[in-house]
Amino acid sequence: MNEEISPTPNRRDFLKTTAIVAGITVAPGVLLYGVSQAKSPDDQTITAKKRWGMLIDTNKCVQGCNECVNACITEHGISENVRPDITSQWIRKVGLRDKQTGKEYSLPLFCQHCEHPPCVDVCPTGASFKRVDGIVLVDKHICIGCRYCMMACPYKARSFVHETLKNQKPHSPRGKGTVEACTFCVHRIDKGQSPACVAACQKSGHKAMLFGDIKDPNSEISKKLSHVSSTALRPDMRLNPGIRYQGL
Amino acid sequence: MKVRYLLNILGKLCLGLLLSLAVNANEPTSMQRVPIPDPPKALENFSTEQPCVEPIDIIRRNHGSLLKHRRNDTMYRGVRTTQYSLAACINCHVTPDAITGNYPSISQDSEHFCRSCHSYVAVTIDCFQCHASKPDTSVNVINSINILDTSRASQ
Repeated sequence: MNEEISPTPNRRDFLKTTAIVAGITVAPGVLLYGVSQAKSPDDQTITAKKRWGMLIDTNKCVQGCNECVNACITEHGISENVRPDITSQWIRKVGLRDKQTGKEYSLPLFCQHCEHPPCVDVCPTGASFKRVDGIVLVDKHICIGCRYCMMACPYKARSFVHETLKNQKPHSPRGKGTVEACTFCVHRIDKGQSPACVAACQKSGHKAMLFGDIKDPNSEISKKLSHVSSTALRPDMRLNPGIRYQGL
Repeated sequence: MKVRYLLNILGKLCLGLLLSLAVNANEPTSMQRVPIPDPPKALENFSTEQPCVEPIDIIRRNHGSLLKHRRNDTMYRGVRTTQYSLAACINCHVTPDAITGNYPSISQDSEHFCRSCHSYVAVTIDCFQCHASKPDTSVNVINSINILDTSRASQ
């Protein structure tokens, strides 16, 4: 029996041709889109494949050294002088003393960028939020200044701005009536740089702060975390902070 | 008696009309009105085809929504391109005074790019209670010493 030749293309051929044509039409667009996306780190969106964290070696942190605190103040322009006793503190140096042995510790304390942040749980407006890469921030556009988050934070990491501010830094908007805290220098991280406090600690030669992606097993911080013993502050609360301390 | 009373009233009305015309004649001329804002020139053109990041009519009408959309992109998704960023607008549009070399103040000087139009249309802007209203001239002390080994640029 002779095969009948159809005058119109059959279904299979039609689908094949369509797929090829569609491929030719769409592929360059997709490729170009990919190329344009890879152009600069600025236009890449953040991803949950990363989680930024820090390891602080309390043995290397020098008592009386305030490099990290000063770097933070310079970077974010935290220098209101109206009422110095209530000036914002994004990072502070804390001294601890073991009563049994007399051993003294000195360590920087700031927003611990928890995996389960209590400040986010209590915020009535949704201003307090966690970025997908683990950085906990305040969206000051919708913060009403109620300060529930300040009460909820077990690390006392947040501050309230009481005075009208002037001459803020372009990369660090701050204003009266909102709550603020360490942003992990998110503007620097988005550019591929490390936070100002870490850079200052490196520069001073103490190298007590190590910053990096704790979800990447090949990053310096992950490798170190896997073989030194470190602890979170108040691990009993199971907040899983992004900041861990070594030698406490 | 009644006719005279009515005439009297009519006379007063006419006088009132004349007076009101006289008042109308005293209305400020175009020279005395609040001047149409003349914001200062930007530092540079966005491209050879267009002066700003969007055609001027779109920018004039929609700059608020562009900035707001962009603000959420930056805040929640870490997008930091300069096209619709408030800081980039300020860097290009807020220029120092030709004589004094000082940047205009957002709270006082009508020469400030944003303030010039916003005060004309009587719309308050809250952006600059927190955001910088002029370019940052201070030199950043802490340079980027260690670029992260896992920086997003290397991906």
